[in-house]
Amino acid sequence: MQAERAKSDTVEFDVRTDEMLINMGPQHPSTHGVLRVVLRTDGEVVSEVTPHIGYLHRSAEKIAEKLTVRQYLPFTDRLDYLAGMNMNLGWALTVEKLLGQRVSEKTRRLRVIIAELNRIASHLVAAGCFGLDLGSFTPFMWTFREREKIVDLFEEICGARLTYSYLLPGGVTAGPPDGWFGRCEAFLDQFEPVIDELHAVLTNNAIFIKRTAGIGVLPPEMAIDYGCTGPVLRASGVDWDLRRDGEPIYTEMYDGYTWQVIAPINGRYPDDHPYPPVPPEAVVGDSWHRFFVRMLEVVQSMYLIRQGIEKYSADDGELDKPIEIRKKLPKGEAYLETEAPKGQMGFMIVGDGSAVPWRVRIRSSSFCNISPLPELCRGVLIADMPAILASLDIVLGEIDR
Amino acid sequence: MNARNIYDLLLQPFRPWLLGHDFEAIDPWIEVSGEGLPEIARFLRDQDELAFDVLHCVTAVDYFEPDEKKAAKVEWQPHLELIYHLSSTKRRHRLVLKVKLPRWKDDRPGELPEVPSVSGVWSTADWHEREVFDLMGVRFLGHPDPRRILCPEDWEGHPLRKDYRMPTEYHGIQAR
Repeated sequence: MQAERAKSDTVEFDVRTDEMLINMGPQHPSTHGVLRVVLRTDGEVVSEVTPHIGYLHRSAEKIAEKLTVRQYLPFTDRLDYLAGMNMNLGWALTVEKLLGQRVSEKTRRLRVIIAELNRIASHLVAAGCFGLDLGSFTPFMWTFREREKIVDLFEEICGARLTYSYLLPGGVTAGPPDGWFGRCEAFLDQFEPVIDELHAVLTNNAIFIKRTAGIGVLPPEMAIDYGCTGPVLRASGVDWDLRRDGEPIYTEMYDGYTWQVIAPINGRYPDDHPYPPVPPEAVVGDSWHRFFVRMLEVVQSMYLIRQGIEKYSADDGELDKPIEIRKKLPKGEAYLETEAPKGQMGFMIVGDGSAVPWRVRIRSSSFCNISPLPELCRGVLIADMPAILASLDIVLGEIDR
Repeated sequence: MNARNIYDLLLQPFRPWLLGHDFEAIDPWIEVSGEGLPEIARFLRDQDELAFDVLHCVTAVDYFEPDEKKAAKVEWQPHLELIYHLSSTKRRHRLVLKVKLPRWKDDRPGELPEVPSVSGVWSTADWHEREVFDLMGVRFLGHPDPRRILCPEDWEGHPLRKDYRMPTEYHGIQAR
């Protein structure tokens, strides 16, 4: 009897499954675009992950060598197409850095409002898709309903709903229409209670916490080593936000605003707003924290927009006009990173004295944020893999360029 | 710490590998030789007063003018330039490192120039160096996974080179 039981125990532990290679994507709803991931699995456990990118490669850097800097602006919309305004802003500031140009204070006020509105829109998509990837459909509908209102505001301001090309190098072609700021504030007023609804269906939802807390923990050292930026870096407890720590040409936009960098410093978040509590299961750097940082940044962006509207209305300066289409670039190189919703978006322009750049380099935030994926997914369950991927919030348009 | 102080710190241990600098440029840079790159990179990362823990970006620029008329006017010799953007989350300073390479190894067209990889120092370099290899044609010695990253694996040529010619046909797909 005894011997028989021992034998059955050994059999129990001796069950072996064959390793299997599973191909996920490029057409897969939870890869957020055309990402292909090859998983080596042992039963339900993923032992190795190999991401394959490049399915959306459109030679963005090569095209830039044929166009003037203003002509190239519409191509920047198509990098991170969920945050076109932030891409425009990054490009515009890099051109201005190369030209040694500063825009007026009023233009900077407008840029803050627009960039933060787009940040809310991008984070809403991230939150909604996160829920969708974990199987809850409702938050997806709610976040897209709210994002739609921001897109409507952008349509009013520049005519486009996705590819805005609005924040041009040097300024803007036209300011917002009459009454736009009123509608913007009305949106924020009705949006504020919706954040609590999203917290109720996602952040503090027991199922959501079970699926994300402690999953895909990214230690701060690894995040820095892999060049992760934005909410992914901050969720690992690194207090780093280019809006505060960046180069002067960028940080001067945010001078005089009251806001907080959202990062769990020693496990604690800023307490300037009644945020929901952190569940005890969550570990700093896991998928849940990456989601939570984005939700809190939405609130901070709302603060920034409200202050921005106030400052813009009180400012009686003029909005700057953009640079002319064939403006000659000086010889030299300029590299600038800005804090886009997904992370630090960098542009580099090498000028050779003509109007067309000699070389343009685009440093994409999602490209770096997804590179630790093989490390994060080693040893997780197959079902956790979409949760980790969704928490990184990638956009393939930006990865593949 | 500004680029001038960093240069002074590097001067003592690495003098023969420092080939040039420009502290007045928009982004001040220091040029180093390819063979000394990994050691300088490790020094920049590990030295406490430097602490360059973030590699933002690896860029390659092709200085080559295919048009002969224009080529007579340019002031540089044809070469490739690798640019590394570094910063420190601890010390909050930035630096740009440059490495100049020949366009072809030993001037034999088709032979890719070589430079040691820094992916052992900053993991960011892993994918970025793959991209530079893919699009600009630089071979990184000691890279753990030297494959193409954006183009298909059977793609020919390196598209960001200035003398690159787009293939007219790829697996039966007409490109022009």
